[in-house]
Amino acid sequence: MPNPSYFFQQSLNALQLGSIYALIALGYTLVYGVLRMINFAHGDLFMVGGFFCFAAATYLGLSFVPTLLLVMALAALLGVLLERVAYRPLRNAPRVSAVITALGCGIFLEHLVLARYPYPQSVPELVHNVTWHVAGLSFSSLQLLIVGLSVGLMLLLDFVVRRTMVGLAMRAISWDMRVVPLLGVPVDRIITFTFALGGALGGAAGVMYSLAYPVVDPFMGVLVGWKAFIAAVLGGIGNIRGAMLGGFLLGGVEIFVAAYYPSTYRDFVAFALLLGLLILRPYGLLGRPPTQKV
Amino acid sequence: MNTPTITSRWTACGESILACRWILPFLLVVGGILSFVIPSQGLLNNYGQLILATVGINIILTVSLNLVNGYMGEFSVGHAGFMAVGAYISAFLTVKFFPYGAAPFYGFPAAVLAGGIGAAVLGLIIAALSFKTRGDYLAIVTLAFTMIVKSVLENIDAVGGALGLRGIEKLTTLPWVYFWTVSSVWIIRNLVYSRYGRGILTIREDEIAANLMGVNTRQAKVLAFVVSSFFAGVAGGLFAHQLQFINPSMFNLIKSTDILVMVYLGGVGSLAGSVLSASLYTVLLEALRPLGIYRMMFMPLMLILLMLFRPRGIMGLRELAWFVPKRDLDAVSPDAVPPPEIKRPLGNQPG
Repeated sequence: MPNPSYFFQQSLNALQLGSIYALIALGYTLVYGVLRMINFAHGDLFMVGGFFCFAAATYLGLSFVPTLLLVMALAALLGVLLERVAYRPLRNAPRVSAVITALGCGIFLEHLVLARYPYPQSVPELVHNVTWHVAGLSFSSLQLLIVGLSVGLMLLLDFVVRRTMVGLAMRAISWDMRVVPLLGVPVDRIITFTFALGGALGGAAGVMYSLAYPVVDPFMGVLVGWKAFIAAVLGGIGNIRGAMLGGFLLGGVEIFVAAYYPSTYRDFVAFALLLGLLILRPYGLLGRPPTQKV
Repeated sequence: MNTPTITSRWTACGESILACRWILPFLLVVGGILSFVIPSQGLLNNYGQLILATVGINIILTVSLNLVNGYMGEFSVGHAGFMAVGAYISAFLTVKFFPYGAAPFYGFPAAVLAGGIGAAVLGLIIAALSFKTRGDYLAIVTLAFTMIVKSVLENIDAVGGALGLRGIEKLTTLPWVYFWTVSSVWIIRNLVYSRYGRGILTIREDEIAANLMGVNTRQAKVLAFVVSSFFAGVAGGLFAHQLQFINPSMFNLIKSTDILVMVYLGGVGSLAGSVLSASLYTVLLEALRPLGIYRMMFMPLMLILLMLFRPRGIMGLRELAWFVPKRDLDAVSPDAVPPPEIKRPLGNQPG
């Protein structure tokens, strides 16, 4: 018998997980939108973000806001570095080469962190967690913080892409990478900016994930990252609002399947649903099929 | 320029031993004899034999994935899923139907074959999905497929669920690995150079143009996926009976990534490259074991450097003369231009 308060509780959990997925999915979709390439190291940027958060809280003893800002800045820097190493030298090479270097960078990051921290680390509590009980429903301050902050970041990103000159340039490069430089758009700088933006969002997601599920391990970026990638594709990769939608959808499916069925079915049902959706709408919910020129 | 560049210089034997085609059957026989002699005479210790068997299994995996990712130009990340299906089916058969230590001689090959066929059936499903989706979306389909296989296996209690299947007999011997490795390379080589194989290549170059030319691209896709997943299943069966223990999380995305790395390291669309890179990668990973935890940092670093300086992998699109049918070597088509960095030897100048 579905219990309304249980349902509500699970909805909050779904929003929390979904907002983390959506933040990571945005990183994939931003890079894809501009370069038409999948950033396969993005899940590991997220993981490194989680470890930066752990380090900042443990060694530096920073509180929440400085930690978040520091981690976002470092992750953005790492994103830029990734672009320099894995993407820029290969921009004219076969598409798949850049994918492989990105995969390589991801594996390198995983094992770099693994060499330093061979065991999963638990993250200290950065935010004092208060639970409010209102009319039989309980809200935790952490959940509200995560959801609120993610939605805020998403709105900010949406504003940057749709209303600023940089966003205009990003959309223009996505439209046609060869003509846009002729019009005076500094393509390299815009691409760097895109990677920084994606990295910062990944770092923020890393912080939130390690607050919500306070253990970080070097391989957490693999599964969470790929799932977020699926969320991005589900919404239509390259489409920013699609990535948000896909993230919340995936979070919802995962939480509710685990809530009402044995939790071992969670991945199966989630992925089977996604597969079905992709068969019905091969280019994602909000994506449009690319026009093919013959 | 994306066809393998084959020049008639390969037919001449004097230049290098790699160009001597008659040496290949000789080497194959020697390899076959060695695969029996090494275990029986103890030429290598158990560790060395394990590495050899792993090399063979990795060659099967790499060559079969190269068919889809290299020759057909798709980006499949689902190879670990097919491998898991083959491993589970074959291990389940030998564990349930053949008493430990008393498997009849046909038991193991039949089980491995069944594993391959089971994987091939699933490959058919992926092929059907690939009619509608391409590129990054097909990558997602195969990704989701891997995850589904893993979570289905975790939920089947008959094969041990998440704990895995134990008590598998060690039936994978060097001669069997050798047999399957040689036959997988041979069959895929024959496929690639057949009419159907040309169809698979046209999908990589331009699917629309291929359709206009009358290539049955659906048939080609089915063929590529089925053959590729069959051999992944076979490799899974060999893997299970070598390790004697399997669980669903062995066949995760990290495994898929490993195979991808071997394919792109060797070069897309080069069988020689796949064989070379699978052997190199496996042996190097073992040789670097003393580095401990830093070993796994070294490998991706090497991969990044390789891609930066040789974006097409070790072999690129070139192929060793051993793997090319004679008629393709002899046929000098007007556009079969030798690669610019290689000077043609004087003896082979036309005219």
